Amino acid sequence: MSTTDFQRSLSPYDSAVPATRRWYFRLHIDPLLVTLLTVVVIFGLVVLRSAVDGNEALFTNQLQRLGLAYLALVVAAQIPPHFYLRVAPLFYLSGLIFLLLVLFVGVTVKGSQRWLDVPGVFRFQPSELMKLAVPMAVAWYLQRRTLPPSLKHTGICLVIIALPSLLIGRQPDLGTSILVFGAGFAVLLLAGLSWRWVIGAALAICAAAPLLWQFVLEGYQRQRILTLFDPESDPLGAGWNIIQSTTAIGSGGLFGKGLFEGSQGYLDFLPEARTDFIVAVIGEELGFAGVVFLLTMYLLIIARGLWLAAQAGSTFGRLLAGAFVLTFFIYLFVNVAMVSGILPVVGVPLPLVSYGGTSAITLMAGFGVIMSVRTHKAW
Amino acid sequence: MAVELEIKDQNREVELFVRRATTLFVLVILLLGVLMLRFLDLQFWEHDTYKSRSDQNRTQVQTLGPARGMIFDRNGSLLADNQNAASLALVAERLTNVGETLGLLAQLLDLSPDQRAEIRKRLQSNRRPDAPLIVIESLTETQVARLAVNRHRLSGVEVINRLVRFYPYGEVAAHAVGSVRRMTVDDMLAVDPVQYSATTFIGKRGVEAFYEQRLHGEVGYQKVESDAHGRVRRTLDVQSPSPGQDIRLHLDIELQKASAAALGERRGAVVAIDPRSGGILALVSQPAYDPNLFVSGMTANDFSTLSSSAYVPLFNRAVNGQYAPGSTFKPIVGLAGIGAGATTWEQAIEDRGSFQLPGQQRVYRDWSWTKDNSGGQGMVDLRRAIYRSSNVYFYDLASRMEIDELVSFADEFGLGKNLVADIPSASAGLLPDPQWKQGFKDLPWYPGDSVNMGIGQGDLLVTPIQMALVASVIANRGALIPPRMVADQGEARDGSLNQTLIPAARQVGAEVIAPEDWEEMVRSMEDVVHRGNQGFRGNGTAWAYIGRDIDYRMAGKSGTAQVVEIRQGEEYEEEELSEFDRKHAWFIAFAPVDNPTIALAVLVENGGGGSSVAAPVARAVVDAHMSLQRERSLSAESFEVARR
Repeated sequence: MSTTDFQRSLSPYDSAVPATRRWYFRLHIDPLLVTLLTVVVIFGLVVLRSAVDGNEALFTNQLQRLGLAYLALVVAAQIPPHFYLRVAPLFYLSGLIFLLLVLFVGVTVKGSQRWLDVPGVFRFQPSELMKLAVPMAVAWYLQRRTLPPSLKHTGICLVIIALPSLLIGRQPDLGTSILVFGAGFAVLLLAGLSWRWVIGAALAICAAAPLLWQFVLEGYQRQRILTLFDPESDPLGAGWNIIQSTTAIGSGGLFGKGLFEGSQGYLDFLPEARTDFIVAVIGEELGFAGVVFLLTMYLLIIARGLWLAAQAGSTFGRLLAGAFVLTFFIYLFVNVAMVSGILPVVGVPLPLVSYGGTSAITLMAGFGVIMSVRTHKAW
Repeated sequence: MAVELEIKDQNREVELFVRRATTLFVLVILLLGVLMLRFLDLQFWEHDTYKSRSDQNRTQVQTLGPARGMIFDRNGSLLADNQNAASLALVAERLTNVGETLGLLAQLLDLSPDQRAEIRKRLQSNRRPDAPLIVIESLTETQVARLAVNRHRLSGVEVINRLVRFYPYGEVAAHAVGSVRRMTVDDMLAVDPVQYSATTFIGKRGVEAFYEQRLHGEVGYQKVESDAHGRVRRTLDVQSPSPGQDIRLHLDIELQKASAAALGERRGAVVAIDPRSGGILALVSQPAYDPNLFVSGMTANDFSTLSSSAYVPLFNRAVNGQYAPGSTFKPIVGLAGIGAGATTWEQAIEDRGSFQLPGQQRVYRDWSWTKDNSGGQGMVDLRRAIYRSSNVYFYDLASRMEIDELVSFADEFGLGKNLVADIPSASAGLLPDPQWKQGFKDLPWYPGDSVNMGIGQGDLLVTPIQMALVASVIANRGALIPPRMVADQGEARDGSLNQTLIPAARQVGAEVIAPEDWEEMVRSMEDVVHRGNQGFRGNGTAWAYIGRDIDYRMAGKSGTAQVVEIRQGEEYEEEELSEFDRKHAWFIAFAPVDNPTIALAVLVENGGGGSSVAAPVARAVVDAHMSLQRERSLSAESFEVARR
């Protein structure tokens, strides 16, 4: 006998009004979430306008990219969750194959082999796909099992997560590999993984830290951690980013220097000002007030996202949606912590605001899934 | 068959999820709180630190060099100007490949191997990191254009526009105006480092050097915002520099040009003074050099060629050349004799062409002496001795005077010291006396020394400017006004004299020389030029050369200074002597004789006879002066007429 659900259930949190009657349910969007996301996007565009400092082409580029992201949001929301469920293993496996291909025939850009070239058509990063595929695969696996997961199931999930993580890590792309691992692990946490095991594992990693330092971390990665603690030791080299970005942030004060007035950014002191370090521009130009605003918006998005996830009609939906929200948080936290000098520098963009990359599209697709999970009938 | 049934309890799982989600949400809030604390720390508690760091990053204080004061001649012609020059600068830190860049520059700008070596040398010198280093002072427009077109291939190469010194008259006024030169480390140590922080050139010679402080002005600064590449984005604050003061000289550039032309290709000097004010009207020394070369940059080779040339163009003969004055010294001897009572205007002796001290073998010859013992001027009194330049008269006079009397009188004329107000580097010459001879040569003063000094030979040394002053004193009938280059005191723009600002004149020989004596000497010197058609031994020595078709009255004295000793019994044969052994030709003069407006001295190095060689030069200079005066008073008159 299969252990599929036999009970359709409506979430106990639904309101009295029949779900199908609400207009936005038919469109499969959640107006509140979309509004919150749009607020952040617009905020991001305004700041980007200042950071690009006259380079109009970049700005229009970003607009186009965001347009695509919104498209991904809507499209992903239309697709019913059981489709994702069915597609999940295939998605995951093809992703693995692509990752392997990258390692052998991948295109090297800026020193790391992350890209696959489809001749004449386009170039894409398989690791981006894995950010969606891994949580999907773990959620798919746990859909059929009872929660909280037993040791055996946990183990299998860890394998599902670790495999692509390691492959990505070898590219080398430590940032993305951590994110992928985190996304999958978020599913496990939401599924009820015992806290005791989690804490135990954390302690074990701490204990193993020196070994990790010696044998696992590469030279430049070690350097980044050291720079974190003493950026002044190499102010013109490794420490430059951190020193400049903390200077930018700190000099903004409570209310900032004003939009378009950021001297650190526009005078080229701040590298990557449009991409990874855009929080520094926000800090400099809009001050503490601007940062608080942004973080509050993010917090509201996370809250709404989690609420929507809880409304989902299936384990798969819940876990997947929840994992996406947490992934979103991890991006955000790592980026802001890095820019303000709490975490070592890793290449993680600020979600929905940083210029470039496909992260906006992937993230919006994730939110689309969240909305899909909420607005489709449970099955 | 036992089948494991895992039945999902949806409600329980939802509750589990909700619990987990809530826990994680709380964690999220905590972490975001940590972030906010961090930002609060940076932006509130540590705000000041970062604010000043951000300011330090972006602001830079740059010094602004003041514009150098300009130098004008008495009529407002520009002698030293500031012009825009495009200079080539390299920022060594941004040069990707030094050799390649230099090669490319050499090709684009047609650089000589010398210039390339110079650039390499300059790149070694000390400078602030990231500061541009000027390697070529001035580029032509073509060169600037070529650089602009190839900018993309030349990273680290910049073209900087600056004001640099420019001397429109080049060589002609070089020794009068002087020149600036790049500051050396020694110069830096000697000046106020703040004031000179933006200055590259400092006055090195002449007026440029003496009046450096007035010409330099005061430094300014600007606070700029610069980006991470060191490029200036905008100016935040400016304190303008105050430009240097302009200077007006007594110099008349037209007269200067005429004097240089009169000297022609010959080595020598011309110094012309306005006797009424002491203003130096012309100061020529040849050969000269182009002072613009010191600004636009010479290679080390060029400079060593210039400085080691046998004719020493860098040497200012007008104020530093020391020569025996020869017969131009005779008026001083004559007046000294009158003052000391050793002679009178009426006293006369027979000049047979030679003189001997009582009890001595050595024969002192007249310039007209020949081997067959003919020569001599016949009966000469002081006046005739002047216009015939009789050596014998002065041998005799000098031998009968106390040497100290002669020396102290010559001293009053300004010999043996530098009386020029604003040329401190002018040489003092040498006025020998017994103390000097004892100290320097460890010998007593011989009567023969006095005899030689009587005709301006021996150890006596003077400079052309000292002789011009002598002419000026005689022109003024004894009033000595120290000469000066700069006109700001004592002369208004329209040339009229402000008597109250002219330094007080000293009267030479005030107690012993009467106005009639001065007048008589002036007439004697007038005869030198104008006494003519008197037959053999009757004309003034210079008449034949310059006295015939002259339309004003000029007084003068020729002089021919021997450089090497002619052996007893031999004649002076010019062709047999090497160039540097030939006699120097002198002529001092002033005009018009009544109310003189110019007094001058001409020296032609190794030129030969004073009357034949130097006098025509003096004539040409005074001619030019007279016609310039006429032109200017005519134009002033016509201006007056037009105004009415």
